[in-house]
Amino acid sequence: MSQKSFREALNEAMRDEMRRDPTVILLGEDIAGGMGSGGEQDAWGGVLGATKGLMPEFGRERVYDTPISESAFIGAAAGAAATGLRPVAQLMFVDFFGVCGDQIINQMAKFRYMFGGKATTPVVIRTLFGAGTRAASQHSQCLYPIMTHIPGLKVVIPSSPYEAKGLMTQAIRDDDPVIFFEHKAMFDDKEEVPDEPYTIPFGVARTVREGKDVTVVAIGRMVGFAKTAADALAKDGIDCTVLDPRTTSPLDSDAIVASVRKTGRLVVVDEASPRCGMASDISAIVAEQAFDALKAPIKRVMPPHSPVPFAPNLEDAYIPGVDAISAGIRAVMGVK
Amino acid sequence: MKIDKEQLLAGYRIMRTIRDFEERVHKEFMTGQIPGFVHLYAGEEASAAAVCLQLGDADTVASTHRGHGHAIAKGCDVKAMMLEIYGREGGLCAGKGGSMHIADLDVGMLGANGIVGGGPPLVCGAAITAKTLKTGGLSVAFFGDGAFNQGTTLESMNFARVYDLPVLFVLEDNGYAESTSSSWSIGGHNPVRRAEGFGIPGERVDGHDFFAVYRAAEDAIAAIRKGEGPRFIHIQFTRYYGHFEGDASTYKPANQVKDERRYLDALKFFRARTTAGTMLKNEDLDAIDAEVEALIDTAVREAKAAPAPDVSTLTTDVYLSY
Repeated sequence: MSQKSFREALNEAMRDEMRRDPTVILLGEDIAGGMGSGGEQDAWGGVLGATKGLMPEFGRERVYDTPISESAFIGAAAGAAATGLRPVAQLMFVDFFGVCGDQIINQMAKFRYMFGGKATTPVVIRTLFGAGTRAASQHSQCLYPIMTHIPGLKVVIPSSPYEAKGLMTQAIRDDDPVIFFEHKAMFDDKEEVPDEPYTIPFGVARTVREGKDVTVVAIGRMVGFAKTAADALAKDGIDCTVLDPRTTSPLDSDAIVASVRKTGRLVVVDEASPRCGMASDISAIVAEQAFDALKAPIKRVMPPHSPVPFAPNLEDAYIPGVDAISAGIRAVMGVK
Repeated sequence: MKIDKEQLLAGYRIMRTIRDFEERVHKEFMTGQIPGFVHLYAGEEASAAAVCLQLGDADTVASTHRGHGHAIAKGCDVKAMMLEIYGREGGLCAGKGGSMHIADLDVGMLGANGIVGGGPPLVCGAAITAKTLKTGGLSVAFFGDGAFNQGTTLESMNFARVYDLPVLFVLEDNGYAESTSSSWSIGGHNPVRRAEGFGIPGERVDGHDFFAVYRAAEDAIAAIRKGEGPRFIHIQFTRYYGHFEGDASTYKPANQVKDERRYLDALKFFRARTTAGTMLKNEDLDAIDAEVEALIDTAVREAKAAPAPDVSTLTTDVYLSY
């Protein structure tokens, strides 16, 4: 056990699974770096360094730097998975889903079902997401609601280094296609992470904080923000439960509904665009299954319905922050 | 090749503006005042300059993540570009796009692009517009060696061919897609032959030689304007800086980085070639250098002094009406 960053936690999970299982391979753009160049090899280790050191250990026959051809290598990962390997492919930024959407939506997600249960596609698509790095409209989206919408995909959004390692290990061992979202503003976050491999099951929410007044469901980077807001509000006598669903597909709706039945109030914090997002989905589930328990209207805390802007002050205003979450919690409590 | 003194000076002015703009952005970025990610075009100036110099108002270009050079060459306002890169009010994209999304459709600049291979399909569309509305315009897709392996680029080349669209495909091969060598990533190692496989005539030129690029573009543009359909140019050159600001370029052999500025400098070549005889005088070029330096200086000063965009603009321009 030692302090590890989100980046190191991911790296360890992939490294350990590659040591354990020779069918685990990696594919992606510059996941080692320097391919075909006369300079340093493993020059990048992925755009944020999460795969650094893996090519030197496992060789280029297991760590595939690819041309910038997302349709080709994401599709190849699907094909390799369906024929016996466990590929972990990096779609560098989830925004590039737009380039290779068919291979994810129509190919890997559907194999098992449309082939009558005859296909198994144990592929992991790692992808960077989220706002906060001044990367503007085409490198800052969340897009996990789109993935969650597709039957056949599992969607994982870790909220801390500990979560990242356990969920990544589970993702690689999982036999279904997994889209694994890594928030790029969290790569240097650190916490205690065990050295040995461990898994965190999908579809089991984490109770980050237990309280009696409000259930706050938060996703990804929003979990930390929600905890900060809840801890501060405790001083004002508002006692929040904070739930981290960990995976949006499968979604632990039982835990969310059970919590709302105890608290009678729901705030959902989602960094994704507001329309047809996770906040809407979770609100609908609670409205349907626990309407009788609600003491106040549900509150969704989300960014506006706009692309992510570049200018720092605009981007800061875009992201749901601690203040917006506090205001949301106060609103359902009926206090200013 | 037909190029008069006025054109030569204009070409040099574009190259000098790009070089100074990029060198200054590099310097300012290190002070931490420029947010986000910037990808610099220094070293590649001759491509944008020699191609765009031969374009008119009806012509359009689509660019890449490394888009400042194409924007300057196509006539985007340099001061508004700097404001944009700083994320300030009055920026070319109102502070919403930043370096990676610089665009000005009013001057036919369809945008830098955060998506590798994002531009070529857009250029086919602009070419269809030009054909349909009979504007006489052509459209240029600038794209990198990385984008040359994207399906969008290859599909666009076929699409442009089957409709004989007025498109010039300009492969800007600076040797590396991020850290990956183009000598590895471009299968077959012969981009011109790949283009010819699509039925598109092409040629390879030295991108540090303004005159070589100008001549190749002149031939290609003339053929396109005659209605012969798409053309392809493979430009080989080097980028002086990393893939993005902060990339140490360790994947490049050390001596390559050391030598490329000394031996591969389009501006030096241009000055040597044009002042060796009677084409231009050193004073002509010195005067441009001074003017450009002052312009970039003003642009940076104004950008630093400009206010951030009003936060109320966060949700404007998502739609025309909603």
